[in-house]
Amino acid sequence: MTIETQDLKVIVFQLKNEEYGIPIEYVGSIERMMDITRVPGTASFVKGVINLRGVITPIIDLRERFGVEEMEYNESTRIIIVTIDDKEVGIVVDSANDVIDINRGLIEPPPEVIGSIDVDYIEGVAKLENRLLILLKIDKVLTTEELKELNKVERD
Amino acid sequence: MDMNQYLEVFIDESNEHLQNINDNLLQLEKDPANLQIVAEIFRSAHTLKGMSATMGYSDLAELTHKMENVLDEVRNENIKVTTSMLDVVFEAVEHLETIVEDVSQGGSGKKDVIGVVEKLKQISNGEEITESTTPNQAEPQTESVNDNSNHNTPFMELDEFEQTVLTESTEQGFKPLSIHIELREDCLLKAARVYMVFDVLEKIGEVMKAYPSVDDLEAENFENDFHILFVTKEDNNDVERRILKVSEIDKVHIQPFTLQKNQTEQRPSQVQENQAEKAPEQEATPSNQEKKEQQSTQHTSKTIRVNINRLDDLLNLFEELVIDRGRLEQIAQESSNKELKETVERMTRVSGELQTIILNMRMVPIEQVFNRFPRMVRQLSRDLGKKVNLQIIGAETELDRTVIDEIGDPLVHLIRNGLDHGIETPEERLKSGKPEEGQLILKAYHSGNHVFVEIQDDGKGINREKVLEKAISKGLISKEEGQKLDNRQVNELIMQSGFSTADTISDISGRGVGLDVVKNKIESLGGAISIESEQGKGSLFSIQLPLTLSIISSMLVQIEKETFAIPLSSIIETAIFKREEILYAHGKEVIDFRGKVVPLINLKHLFKVPSVDSLEDDLYSVVIVRKGNKMAGLIVDSFIGQQEIVLKSLGDYLSDVFAISGASILGNGEVALIIDTNALIK
Repeated sequence: MTIETQDLKVIVFQLKNEEYGIPIEYVGSIERMMDITRVPGTASFVKGVINLRGVITPIIDLRERFGVEEMEYNESTRIIIVTIDDKEVGIVVDSANDVIDINRGLIEPPPEVIGSIDVDYIEGVAKLENRLLILLKIDKVLTTEELKELNKVERD
Repeated sequence: MDMNQYLEVFIDESNEHLQNINDNLLQLEKDPANLQIVAEIFRSAHTLKGMSATMGYSDLAELTHKMENVLDEVRNENIKVTTSMLDVVFEAVEHLETIVEDVSQGGSGKKDVIGVVEKLKQISNGEEITESTTPNQAEPQTESVNDNSNHNTPFMELDEFEQTVLTESTEQGFKPLSIHIELREDCLLKAARVYMVFDVLEKIGEVMKAYPSVDDLEAENFENDFHILFVTKEDNNDVERRILKVSEIDKVHIQPFTLQKNQTEQRPSQVQENQAEKAPEQEATPSNQEKKEQQSTQHTSKTIRVNINRLDDLLNLFEELVIDRGRLEQIAQESSNKELKETVERMTRVSGELQTIILNMRMVPIEQVFNRFPRMVRQLSRDLGKKVNLQIIGAETELDRTVIDEIGDPLVHLIRNGLDHGIETPEERLKSGKPEEGQLILKAYHSGNHVFVEIQDDGKGINREKVLEKAISKGLISKEEGQKLDNRQVNELIMQSGFSTADTISDISGRGVGLDVVKNKIESLGGAISIESEQGKGSLFSIQLPLTLSIISSMLVQIEKETFAIPLSSIIETAIFKREEILYAHGKEVIDFRGKVVPLINLKHLFKVPSVDSLEDDLYSVVIVRKGNKMAGLIVDSFIGQQEIVLKSLGDYLSDVFAISGASILGNGEVALIIDTNALIK
């Protein structure tokens, strides 16, 4: 029992050549790529909105959000619909095809130096058998402060 | 006893009566000698008292009763209407409202009202005790009510089933009797005696109901007496004798039972039936009876109370339907099937009517919001030591419920603002040659697809210099910018955040978080607010609101590969201009539209639409839009056509996108953004 409660179920997705994980309770669904309607005057990583079964859902591109170079969307591109504080947002990732259980004991805090950009959206790193999984703080990924700043700049 | 089914009616009616009392009290204040108004208030208070006593809200009943005493004294000209006396009555009404509010929230309706009750008492027998009959005069009325209810208390509230059984058995020749039985004090086996009484009675009729309940009686959970509602064909005396045969019974009191008035009212269909039967007989005499009948028929067929959630659900479903309808229209247009086209056309027409009806069902008179203002203005003007006359015009104007729910707070704020900053004190007014009493006009009216709400005061208006000074000191604008602004732009400064003109912060308005919040709220509702003001003469705040929020008629336009929707309500017309017709004023593109110079906005550039083919057309498709009396021309690539669309928000995540008010799902499943033209025109 105790082992079970210590396990964290995460959706695993790929971005460039790294693997990321989001706790499954935030994930509403995983969609194939669909038509995105561009919304002018928003941050560049906001790709626009989609019609998700009658609900208008904003879409952000995680590559651009993380400052990874852009890539053409292809057959394996997926949109992961996540829900945070009643906000539904879709995030575009290279592919998503796995759900795994991670023992919480295996999760380590993020290394102090990971790059030049602010990394408050990383919860920790889990070392699995032969791969590393970066766990995201999804609410930090979606934080709108930065979005608003960008908005302002564009308008001025 | 299930009171719940009457609770809603009780709350609604109580609110109506309270509103009535409120309105009349305000009138009374203006016309203190008019005893007719007092009588009107008295009637409402009296009904309220009766209702609350029946429903068992004792605090409510007591407070109303005391208020009634005061009113009674006024009516008998023993007390004069004074402001201090009205203040107490208003306070009492406020408490009443709180209690009713509590009840409607599912509370117990209990409240400590001793303070107000004391004050009311003091008024009713304090200052001018001209006759010692004060309590006596009011007593009979209360007693008659209490008496009435006491008499039948045990069987006052019959449920529907019991009522039906009762009426049916009456029709079959049984008569209902209310029997009160007292057992001897020294009776030892009370339950057994009860059982025997029931046994005796059931041989000659049917026991419908007992009070206390049969269970309680069997468990001996009662004092020495109990009531039985009994139907029988036997004679009263016979029944009495039979019961008295059971030993240890002290007294039996039998009386015929009749359905109470309020019970018959609760069964409107029955009333109608009865009256329909009576009607032919009374044809010869068109008496009051007939009038009453008409009234009650109207009453029962006119309205039906529907939970608002159901209406919301209905609208949501209908919105889905509108989206599918759009899709069907598109399919029909592309197909060559004539019958399909006709059917879709017909469906479009029918659903259009359906839409009108659904939206109309959700319309509520703005009166609901306006109602609370007279008292608020009265209180505020007294607190501020100002004299203000509030005029309300067009309270019957209807708006969608969702808008009504949201518009209250902004209006409160604007009114407070007008009272606090706009209207001057009586001394100041006299000095500047105005009548002592300030005028505050609250006006609502329809115009096109919009509802306008205006708040006008004849106060001191907006002081341009003061506003500019303040805006500059707060760093909202620079000095140079300030010089260039016209009056309207200056007025709009007061709605920017972090701006407050009051030199001292009062609790009425002027915490600096006011008008900007009002502006945001109104804009979030798809509306707009503008200010006109003349120094020394007064100001006019005009709010423009959409009739409904969710389904709007729009013009779909195309820009490169993207589709946008422009609300029809803001479009004047569409036009096509040749390149050479475009003029340049100050480096900006303008057109001459019916003798007016209208600036052009190229949406392709504004929205940074990625261009696919860079063919420059010689013809410009332009949508002329307006905001108030200002216009602008929006350059698009082509017009697609008119369509009903369902407005959906972009969600919290993208809440603040420039010039986009939302999105809509089109017939082909695509998402089109809705352009907020108000943001494009400055």
